[in-house]
Amino acid sequence: MNRHSTTIATAILLCVLIAVGLFAGRFIIYLAMRVMILCIFALGYNILLGRTGLLSFGHAAFYACGAYGLALTSIHITPNPMLGIPAGVLLAAVMSLIIGFFCVRHTEIYFAMLTLAFGMMIYSLIWNLRSITGGDDGLYGIMRTSFSLGIVNIPIMKESQYYFMVLFFFMGTLVSIHHIHRSPFGLVLSGIRENHVRTEFAGLPVKRYRLAAFIISGFYAGLAGTLSTLLESGITPQAAHWSHSAEPVLVSLIGGMQTFTGPVAGSVVYIVLREIIERFTQNWMLWFGVILLVIIMGFRGGIVGSTAQLFKERRALEPSRRVSHE
Amino acid sequence: MLQSIVHVCLAGLSTGMFIWLVASGLTLIFGVLGVLNFAHGSFYMLGAYFCYTALHFQGNNFWLGLIFGPLAVCVIGFVVERFFLRYVYHLALPYQLLLTFAFVLIFDNLVNIIWGAGSIGSPSVPGLSGSVLILGRGFPIYNLFIIAMGPLVALGLWAFLEKTWWGRIIRAAASDREMAAAIGIKVPLLYTVVFIFGAWLAAVGGALAVPYVGLLTSGMGQAIIIEAFVVAVIGGLGSLKGAFLGALVIGLLSSFGTRYIPTFDMFLTFILMAVVLLWRPQGFFGEGEQ
Repeated sequence: MNRHSTTIATAILLCVLIAVGLFAGRFIIYLAMRVMILCIFALGYNILLGRTGLLSFGHAAFYACGAYGLALTSIHITPNPMLGIPAGVLLAAVMSLIIGFFCVRHTEIYFAMLTLAFGMMIYSLIWNLRSITGGDDGLYGIMRTSFSLGIVNIPIMKESQYYFMVLFFFMGTLVSIHHIHRSPFGLVLSGIRENHVRTEFAGLPVKRYRLAAFIISGFYAGLAGTLSTLLESGITPQAAHWSHSAEPVLVSLIGGMQTFTGPVAGSVVYIVLREIIERFTQNWMLWFGVILLVIIMGFRGGIVGSTAQLFKERRALEPSRRVSHE
Repeated sequence: MLQSIVHVCLAGLSTGMFIWLVASGLTLIFGVLGVLNFAHGSFYMLGAYFCYTALHFQGNNFWLGLIFGPLAVCVIGFVVERFFLRYVYHLALPYQLLLTFAFVLIFDNLVNIIWGAGSIGSPSVPGLSGSVLILGRGFPIYNLFIIAMGPLVALGLWAFLEKTWWGRIIRAAASDREMAAAIGIKVPLLYTVVFIFGAWLAAVGGALAVPYVGLLTSGMGQAIIIEAFVVAVIGGLGSLKGAFLGALVIGLLSSFGTRYIPTFDMFLTFILMAVVLLWRPQGFFGEGEQ
């Protein structure tokens, strides 16, 4: 897509989302917020997975760092999200710097196992330090007080008001990650994914780039965590469990791992499908597992990748290229 | 003091043996097929549930359950490998892991549907019920039986892999797939057999756990798979000897941790895993470069 059509697409998306916020019912607004929060998580995560080619099982822990950072600030210092959100995001970014520093020494399965170990360490701390984190009950009753910047007060108490704050962060994420994807930095990350030896021979410090990608994705995971805590007005340690790290992976996979819009499409499908399936049956996991099997066995490009390929085949001008990462 | 230490040790050894049974199959499959199987904990769980059902059908004979439960899991293992996993060996790591994760979701949910979401009670084993006095405190005989079973399985596996013709073929395929295929070994068939065998090992662990855990839940697979991962990593991915020692270490660590520093018992396990990965990524006994 060229620059103009990207701008136009973004503008249309923004208009639609504003219209949703103004006119849609409460349930739709709530769902839209969950989709956008998941998008933020998945878009950030995909910098690491889709771009750099590293599979992490520890990002749920950074999500939880953001969430608990906000919740603790809100309980002990001030409920103003103006302070809580930066505190949560900063905690997540610092933790991902520390953990990432160790994890980027390895790749592939060893990287995945290291992130699993560190993520579960944070999970076990949250679970066991009951006096601080509330243990398995989690922290709840987090209020959405006004977002105050000195004299200006922006109320976010109602869901229809909070929606616009989530929308603001969502658009910010979309634009900033799009910039990362197009930047020289983003290209280096793809280079590392395709061939890290060559990238190293080109004189680039591969580990430092990996660490940067790790921290960026941890930062967005933390942001998603803070926003979700404000939405649900609470957080439980389950958010830090490794299986929660699978969520952005699944979303990227549904949408298309190596595309920019993949995680966005994936998040919409994931949340909407889940709502629909849960309305008819309690066995959401079973159906989801089946869908996942079908995608992996047959449509590895995800929605965006497979559609793009379909169009390409229809034009039949060039030999069809597999979009998936084989 | 001595009494409590000995009992904590024994408890740790018996937990360690269950982890070993799951980790042995996991590490065998990883060593030969190169796939880290998330669904391995689910095979453990299915082994337990099938054994439980087998007990119901033929009047509580635990030994028959121990035979039939794992056999049923072998059929499932066959389906998973032959019709799904086989097609993702050439793909990137995330696809392989997610495929096995999809089976975790499916199996856990199916167990909820078939056997109900709640926990169900489990039977006692004739001949192995009751307890013996060890240093003046009772210890279940069944747990001693488990502690004996672990090394027995380890010995059997070692003899099978080192001393038999089949074992030699498996080792050949693990060390060089193409070479093995070139000298006429049917590698795809071998992969299926190894996968089924690994699933069987986990299922035996699950079946043995039926009288031990007292309660069966659909979360038992997911609980043990992470411990099995830790063990497989500590011992060195692909190394059975490492997995056995790793299971003992983790079993003892978690039982001492639970007894003396309950706040940090889980934390200790994962810190050990991270330290081993950073300091010696190939594990205690793993070979080769990562």
